[in-house]
Amino acid sequence: MYEGILIAGFGGQGVLSTGQLLAYSGMVEGRHVAWIPSYGPEMRGGTANCGVTIADNPISSPVVSEPTVLITMNRPSLEKFEKVVVPGGIIFVNSSLVNIKAARSDVRAFYIPANDMAEEIGSGKVANNIILGALIELTGVVSTGAVEKSLYEVLPPHRHNMIPVNLKALEAGAGLAREQKGTLAEVG
Amino acid sequence: MAKILMKGNEAIGEGAVRAGCRYFFGYPITPQSELPHYLAKRMPEVGGLYLQAESEVASINMVFGAAGAGARVMTSSSGPGISLMQEGISYLAGAELPCVIVNMIRGGPGLGNIAPAQSDYFQATKGGGHGDYRLIVLAPASVQEIIDLMQDAFDLSDKYRNPVMLMGDGVLGQMMEPVEIGAERKAELPEKPWAATGRLKGKEKKLINSLYIVPENCEAHNLKLDKKYSGIKEAEQRWEEYRTEGAEMVLVAFGTSARICKSVVDICREEGLPVGLLRPITLWPFPEKGINGLIESVKSFLTVEMNMGQMIEDVKLSANGKKPVFFYGRAGGMIPVARDIYNEVKKILNGGAA
Repeated sequence: MYEGILIAGFGGQGVLSTGQLLAYSGMVEGRHVAWIPSYGPEMRGGTANCGVTIADNPISSPVVSEPTVLITMNRPSLEKFEKVVVPGGIIFVNSSLVNIKAARSDVRAFYIPANDMAEEIGSGKVANNIILGALIELTGVVSTGAVEKSLYEVLPPHRHNMIPVNLKALEAGAGLAREQKGTLAEVG
Repeated sequence: MAKILMKGNEAIGEGAVRAGCRYFFGYPITPQSELPHYLAKRMPEVGGLYLQAESEVASINMVFGAAGAGARVMTSSSGPGISLMQEGISYLAGAELPCVIVNMIRGGPGLGNIAPAQSDYFQATKGGGHGDYRLIVLAPASVQEIIDLMQDAFDLSDKYRNPVMLMGDGVLGQMMEPVEIGAERKAELPEKPWAATGRLKGKEKKLINSLYIVPENCEAHNLKLDKKYSGIKEAEQRWEEYRTEGAEMVLVAFGTSARICKSVVDICREEGLPVGLLRPITLWPFPEKGINGLIESVKSFLTVEMNMGQMIEDVKLSANGKKPVFFYGRAGGMIPVARDIYNEVKKILNGGAA
């Protein structure tokens, strides 16, 4: 098993901490994991991204240059990283903020209005976990149980009151993925 | 023992604290700033001192002072800052003061960039500062190894009264990996009867100095240092061998590039290509014993570095003309890709490279 997951968005959207949650969950499940942020000379309000690798074997380079899964929380991220996804890979598009479609036909793209769904659940802050829920549903890279356990480790104690809404977000994302899965054409 | 997820730069800091280091002097620079950030919080918790100096030159001289007083002390920086420290590093080596210096290498030369590189190999292992001296240079390849080697770095520096450099790069500093750090124990620190801690009545004067104005005395000092370095060379070479049994070609790589080479070895072995990896853990002393152990059985070496070819000189010196040594490198902050190294291996195995 090997998944190289690239999570990209604006600074402040929580892409780095979502990546850490995913890496932590992989560790809880006894996999090899690595997390690495982009640490270039970024501007405030600019793009932020991180790579998360979850694998059965030791991880060579933690830099995810050819992701099997791409999560794009904003439009510049989709435009920048769509081309590096491996053929047959998965792209998650936050369609609340991205008003274009993925151009490639050799990958599977899922459009998830993450911000809108998160607002419906009760907190715009959990948009990332809507997509994380969909990711887990489609790839099985980690279990929901591992994510729940990891939330207690990754969130500081005074944020543990946010855990129920995070779990709700994961479930909402998983539900949407189940619906979309059936309607997608197979890609080669 | 439960694992925790930790950033490489933070692991350096925690490793230092657990090794009993209580003094940090430094000046921020990417890609290692998480380390001073971490220690700014951590040192006061353990009764230690964190001080952001006005420059790298000041930092290394503060290290000189604390080391002279017998403290476990460290500093850290990246390429340009380490260059500024070279005078102080030479003085520390000359005065035989133990300390740990961390260099998280970035792309160079000059201001370069903040991306990961291994281009400070020459500077670390061949001098950098003036005079005939050596640093012990350690090159971890994972966050766990960073923690483990920080303990060794301080122990080796005390054992030999010599500065030790721990060398990583932006990838190792920025990445998070699971680590086991165990329970905190009280660090066992050796006696330092030579430390300048004040001349109590009647006691012998203790002088920390690197000035030997009479050439005869300075030569004697150099001979003494050389004897020490020979002992280190004999006793402290460290390396890891990965799937070298039956290997016809052995890749030689350290740190981040060694991680990538490991997956190249796996790809090769899956295809039945007899390829292995030798990963130097000490860059100085270079593990020539490791190369010598393989020299009869292998047909060639391929050195892989994130520079234009620096460690290859030590691989060649160790191979001593007995077997060809090839090179593959990326520079300026670029990271080698496993597939490209694999293609290079195939090319050499097919006799395609000179």
